[in-house]
Amino acid sequence: MGFLYFLALLIIGYLFGKWAEKRHYRSIHEREDSLRDLLVLPVRVPEPQHLSHDSTLVTGSVVISVDYFKTVAASLRNLFGGRVGAYETLIDRARREATLRMQEDAQLKGAELIYNVKYETSRIGDNAGKGLGSVEVLAYGTALIPTR
Amino acid sequence: MLISNMEVVPGKRIVRHLGMVQGSTVRAKHAGRDIMASFKNIFGGELKGYTELLNESRNEAIDRLKRQAEALGANAVLNVRFSTSSIAAGASEIFVYGTAVEVEDR
Repeated sequence: MGFLYFLALLIIGYLFGKWAEKRHYRSIHEREDSLRDLLVLPVRVPEPQHLSHDSTLVTGSVVISVDYFKTVAASLRNLFGGRVGAYETLIDRARREATLRMQEDAQLKGAELIYNVKYETSRIGDNAGKGLGSVEVLAYGTALIPTR
Repeated sequence: MLISNMEVVPGKRIVRHLGMVQGSTVRAKHAGRDIMASFKNIFGGELKGYTELLNESRNEAIDRLKRQAEALGANAVLNVRFSTSSIAAGASEIFVYGTAVEVEDR
């Protein structure tokens, strides 16, 4: 009985997780294409041509949860070692989503580009002892807005 | 109040350093949200409730940082950094700090 329960969770996690990931990646790719012009730079000091711009802090954040399948796949991988692909895609999605939200925030403020981008990743939720639970990624930087 | 995570402000000059200012907040979501979140741990996907919660707390922390900077007579906070830590199940602390300065147009 316990095994059936586990198997059901595994299948539900796999199907829904796969579907959510696919949909999320599609939306990420579309939005990345449309925001390509708004540069995101991890550069600390602005270039001379941007010296007359206004500046303001912009942020973007997202909390993404693992699915049951990923949790099991990762704990199996823990036995053998090596790349944990299940978590790699999760964190990749979270980082790119946070970056996109930061870019959208900057676009709303009429910015031209974003300098000094920093990332902050943290674990959220009660699952923290057993596995990954969910991750929060925050992206922040300074948006430069043309004054004219 | 100008908030920025760069060390310099384009087009402006720093006239006075006023030291470090900080703001922090600890928040938790009600139990219903936590139960929803544990369901999400099976299905996967974004936890919108938590994203919202953390955004609210971040804004609160920035407000506190601004108030501290205003009390010092600053008109900008530079080199701002964020830090998040989960201190208990379902509660997290958001901490933001930066340097309070006085800037003027160059």
